[in-house]
Amino acid sequence: MLEFALKRLGLTLLVLVSVSIITFALVRLAGDPAVALAGAEASSEEVEAVRIAYGFDRPLTVQYFGWLGDVMKGDLGFSNILQRPVMEVVMERLPVTAKLAGLSLLFALALAIPLGVLAAARRNSMLDRLALSIAVVGQALPNFFFALLLILIFGVTLRWLPISGDSSLLHYLMPAIALGYFSTPAIMRLTRAGMIEVLESDYIRTARAMGLPRRRVILKHALRNALIPVVSLTAVQLGFMLSGSIIVESVFSMNGIGRLGWQSIQRTDLEMMQALVLIISVIYLALNYFADLLNGLLDPRLRVQ
Amino acid sequence: MTGPDKKDRMTATDMIDSSATAAPDAAAARPRSDTWHRARRHTGLLIGAALVLGIVILALLAPLLAPHDPYLQNLSARLIPPVWQGEGSWAHPLGTDALGRDYLSRILYGARISLLIGFGATAIALVIGTTMGVLAGYFGGWPDFIVSFVVNVRLALPAMLVALVVVALVGGSLNVVIWTLGFLVWDRFAVVMRAATQQIRSLDYLAAAEAAGASVLRILLSEVMPNVLGALIVVATLEIAQAILFEAALSFLGLGVQPPTPSWGLMISEGKAHMFFRPWVIAIPGVALFVLVLAINLLGDGIRDVTAPEGRA
Repeated sequence: MLEFALKRLGLTLLVLVSVSIITFALVRLAGDPAVALAGAEASSEEVEAVRIAYGFDRPLTVQYFGWLGDVMKGDLGFSNILQRPVMEVVMERLPVTAKLAGLSLLFALALAIPLGVLAAARRNSMLDRLALSIAVVGQALPNFFFALLLILIFGVTLRWLPISGDSSLLHYLMPAIALGYFSTPAIMRLTRAGMIEVLESDYIRTARAMGLPRRRVILKHALRNALIPVVSLTAVQLGFMLSGSIIVESVFSMNGIGRLGWQSIQRTDLEMMQALVLIISVIYLALNYFADLLNGLLDPRLRVQ
Repeated sequence: MTGPDKKDRMTATDMIDSSATAAPDAAAARPRSDTWHRARRHTGLLIGAALVLGIVILALLAPLLAPHDPYLQNLSARLIPPVWQGEGSWAHPLGTDALGRDYLSRILYGARISLLIGFGATAIALVIGTTMGVLAGYFGGWPDFIVSFVVNVRLALPAMLVALVVVALVGGSLNVVIWTLGFLVWDRFAVVMRAATQQIRSLDYLAAAEAAGASVLRILLSEVMPNVLGALIVVATLEIAQAILFEAALSFLGLGVQPPTPSWGLMISEGKAHMFFRPWVIAIPGVALFVLVLAINLLGDGIRDVTAPEGRA
C-alpha cells in the first residue's frame, strides 16, 4: 500500500509541475502581458516601462523559476490591481467556494445515490425510466440558464430565497442546487451501473440464497462495493464544481474564488489569474490523490496495477 | 453508461434475428441490418436524430427563413413580447431584444453559431484525441504512459478558467473560441480511443496483418480505425453537445463570441438585465440551447445503444 501511495504521489507531483509550466506559459504566451497591462492606448515607452517593472524582460526560464520558488514558499505574488498579496485574497475567498462546492456535492450525492440504487433494484420499472430521463434532461440544461430559472422562480416569483450574496446558509441553497444538479446524472448512472453489476455477482446470489432479506443485501453488501468507483468520480466532480463555480458564483454574486477568477480576468490581473489556475489544479490533484488512496484501501486489487 | 435494460432488449432481438436468418448467405449482411433494425426501434435515437436534422436545416436556411436582419436595431420596437403574450404580434413572432432586434432571426442565426462552434471544436479535438488515444492503445509501453500523463495534465487544468484567460488575452472571435475549445475538450477522445484500440490490439487479424508485413500506418488506418469508428462517432456526437454548452457558458460570461454576433449564450447574458419583468428574453434562447443539446445527447446515446449494445452497462 505504501508503494502504491508513493508511486501515485510521484505521478501527481509530475503532473503538478507540468501544470505549473502551462499556467505560467498561458499568461505569457497568449499575448504580450505588458501590452495587456498597459492598455491598448499606451505608447511603446509606457509598454516598455511596464515590461521592466514586472520583470517580463527577463528570460522566461528565469521568470518561471523565480515564480515557482516563490510559490513553493507560499507566496503567490502580488496583485497590482487590488494592491494586496494574492494569497491573502485567495484565502479570504476560498471558504465561500469550499462551502458552495461541499453543499453542491452533498446535494448531488443525496439525490444521485438513492436514485441510482432504486433504479438498479427495480430495473425497467417506471422509477428506473424516470431516473434515466432525469439524467438525460439534467445533462442538457446549461447551468447558467438553470441558475437564472431558479432565481426567477424561487427568488423573484415566490420570494422564498435570497438571490445574491453569501451572507447566510440560505444564500447557498440555490447556488448549491444550480452547481450540484449537473453532477447528479454522472453519479447516478455510475451508481446504477455498479449496483447492477454487483447484484449479478455470485456473493450476492449466495447471500440471497442463504435467506438474507433483499433490502439488507442491497444496502449492506451490494452498496458498499458498488460505491467504490463512485469515490473516484466524486473527486472528479468536485474538481468540475470548482470550475463551475465561476459561473454560479458570478450569477449569484458570491465572493468565492470562482467569481474572483472572472473578475481578475476582466481586470487583467495576471498574477491573480495564474495563481487561481494553479490553485484549482492543486485542489483537483489533491482530491484525486486522496480518492486514489481511498480506493486502494477499499479495493486491494487496484494496488497491483 | 446507458441502461442494461436496453442491453437486454438488444440481446433479445439478436436472438430472434439469428434464429430467423439461419440461412448461411445472410450471415454476412446481418450486422448492418441488425443495426438498422435496432435504430428504427430506438425512440430516443429517432427523436434526437429528427430534432438535430430539423435544427441543422433551420440553421442552414436561416437567411431564407429569418423574417428580419438579425443585426438590424430598431429602438422604437424594443423588448416586444413574443406572439403568445398579449402585446405580441406576428411581425416579431418571438419578440425583440433590448435593441429592437428580431428574436426569431437571432435565434435562427444563433443556431449557426452553436453548430459551427460545436462541429469545429469537436473536429479539432477529434484529431488531437484520436491520434493520442490510438497511438497509446496500439503501442502501449512508454507512448501509452506519455499519453496518459498528458491526459492527466489536461484534466488537472480548470478548463473553464483556462478558456476564459485565453479568450481574454487573445481576444474573443469565432476562430479563437473554436480553437481554444478544440484544444480543451479532446480528453474523452483520447481515453475512449485508447481503450477501444487496446481491445482490438490483441485480436488475431491484427497479428495477421503484422505477419503479412503491413506497415504500422497501414494497420492503424485500415485495420484499427474502421473498428473503433463506432466508438469514435459516439464520442464525437456527445462532445459536440459539450462544446456547444461550453461556448454558451463562455459567451454568457462575456468572454466568448462577441456582440453583436447572435450567440444563444450571449443572448441570455444580454437578456439577464430584463429577465425580472420579461422572463422570455432568457427563456427563449435558453430553451433553444436546451433542445439542441438534448437532441444531440439523445442521438449520441442512441448511436451507442444501437452500434455497441454490449459492454456498456
